[in-house]
Amino acid sequence: MLGYIIRRVLWIIPVLFVVSLITFSLMHAAPGGPWDREKKLSASTIAHLNEKYGLSDPIHIQYLSWVGNMVRGDLGPSYKYIDRSVNDIVADGIGTTAHLGIMAFLLSVILGIPLGVIAALRHNKIPDYLATFVSVIGIATPSFVAAILLLVFFSVTLRWFPTHGWDGWAEPDTMVLPTIALSLFPIAQIARFTRASMLEVTRKDYVRTAQSKGLRERSIVVVHMIRNALIPVVTILGPLLAFLITGSFIIETIFSVPGIGRYYVTSIGQRDYGVIMAMTMLYAAAIAVLNLVVDVLYAYIDPRIRYS
Amino acid sequence: MPNRTEALEKPAVAVRRSASLWGDAWRRLIRNRLAVVGGVLVVTFFSLAILGPFIAPYEYQAQHLQEILANNNRPIAPFGSEFFLGTDNLGRDLLSRLLDGAQISMTVALVVQAVVLLIGLPIGAAAAWFGGRVDTYLMRFTDVIYAFPDLLFIILLSVAFRETFFGKAMNGLLLVFVAIGLTAWVGMARLVRGQLLSLKETEFVEAARAIGVSDFRIVTRHLLPNAMGPMIVAVTLGIPGAILAEATLAFIGIGAQAPRASWGSLVANGQPFLRSSPHLVIFPALAVATALISFTFLGDGLRDALDPKLKGKQ
Repeated sequence: MLGYIIRRVLWIIPVLFVVSLITFSLMHAAPGGPWDREKKLSASTIAHLNEKYGLSDPIHIQYLSWVGNMVRGDLGPSYKYIDRSVNDIVADGIGTTAHLGIMAFLLSVILGIPLGVIAALRHNKIPDYLATFVSVIGIATPSFVAAILLLVFFSVTLRWFPTHGWDGWAEPDTMVLPTIALSLFPIAQIARFTRASMLEVTRKDYVRTAQSKGLRERSIVVVHMIRNALIPVVTILGPLLAFLITGSFIIETIFSVPGIGRYYVTSIGQRDYGVIMAMTMLYAAAIAVLNLVVDVLYAYIDPRIRYS
Repeated sequence: MPNRTEALEKPAVAVRRSASLWGDAWRRLIRNRLAVVGGVLVVTFFSLAILGPFIAPYEYQAQHLQEILANNNRPIAPFGSEFFLGTDNLGRDLLSRLLDGAQISMTVALVVQAVVLLIGLPIGAAAAWFGGRVDTYLMRFTDVIYAFPDLLFIILLSVAFRETFFGKAMNGLLLVFVAIGLTAWVGMARLVRGQLLSLKETEFVEAARAIGVSDFRIVTRHLLPNAMGPMIVAVTLGIPGAILAEATLAFIGIGAQAPRASWGSLVANGQPFLRSSPHLVIFPALAVATALISFTFLGDGLRDALDPKLKGKQ
């Protein structure tokens, strides 16, 4: 097991290397540069800026120096926000983005799993239809639509929650709408998955054995069914958390949440190379690590699985 | 014993219709109400997308400024005028624009899945068939692509190459379609590989090999047709993701450029008028929602119908 984990952790390094290489090449292959402005800068100014930031060096030298700096923890300068380094930008926003993502993740798990379990236990009865209805809504509503509708209804019309901003636990009501908008889809996803998995388990021999032994319904459901049914559900949680953290930029933009996601789109348009690279690497690392955690967790909760 | 002869005259086999995989699957599919609803809606969406330009009451980009002026420069509300679903603030007929959006979304559905098959199928098949080092390298490659944050990669490609010739093709749509496809094929490659690996060990493949059928022919004639069921399910269930990705990108202004009307950009354009003219957001949102639901229902139904594990149960 330990050997497996070490190999998986080491495997993340070449993955990140290739991701950075592809992103770097794509970015520099794209026409335009960070100094394109409405009012054109003079050629000598651009040459001077390129010289200052090392952008006139050959491309492979630029890449190697980026790698060297990144390994030392220096993500380089931002070409758009001249007075801030990429490290500052990331440090300012990463906490908020992670906070929003984790809140939405918890909400999805807390609501999604019970919804799926109840639907399966009351298969083809009213609770099942209600739960299925909720998950259909969740799957059919893109997060940007959900965000706009929540905003208009609860902030503008009812004035229950603020229309924008994010103050974390200092002002919990700023967290409500972005969290709900972000978790609608994952709630539905988890509920659907849990329901299917529970229905699968219901047909298993060990459940029939437990029933014929005359065990109490409660202990059959909790001990025999839910515990086994949740094993496959765990596998989708990793990609889901990754989706919540990387996919939150739409929600961050709509609710003006000061995370890092909202910088991404603008930084690509402005060819702010440092920010693009940092963001892509962060997200790719998050995905890789979360997938690893899930695989290990999978072996931990299901004794039948052993990695070597 | 006349009774027994009578019974024998009716051959027992005639009572049971022949149980081919596809016939069985079809029967199971049409018994599933949600799947039928999904299937009918999917066909409707495709028909609307194809017929859209002919049945649309107006040109989707035509501005009816006279009517808007008569309406105090405000979007015209639905159901009360010659514009059935109303107009936007420039007097463009919403129904016609939704039909154009349907065309974009259904094209996304087809093009993205075509790219997915075009890349995922050969990679998965090659990995499974050749095995060994080829398998290792190809699967490592898919692992790397899987680690790419997909929405970000799509945005990177679309924004970075927006100004090029390729980026301008089809009003900026082609680039977005291809970008979405480039991130979505990994699942297909893994699925094809897994299916072929298990089929490779079956007796009919061994028999084909024994009589000297070529590798290529075994893969294309024996393995792939048998892996078809799960692939059809994966393609159908991949479509909502592609439609959603395109709509989300259009919402933040990437992809379909004006005057084309993606459902996502319709929602974005309607957002400022949400309180006074909610129809500008509600109708495109409903269109996206219905499309996502129909493909999901159809895909779920196909999975249940084609999954041999469930045979005999239910």
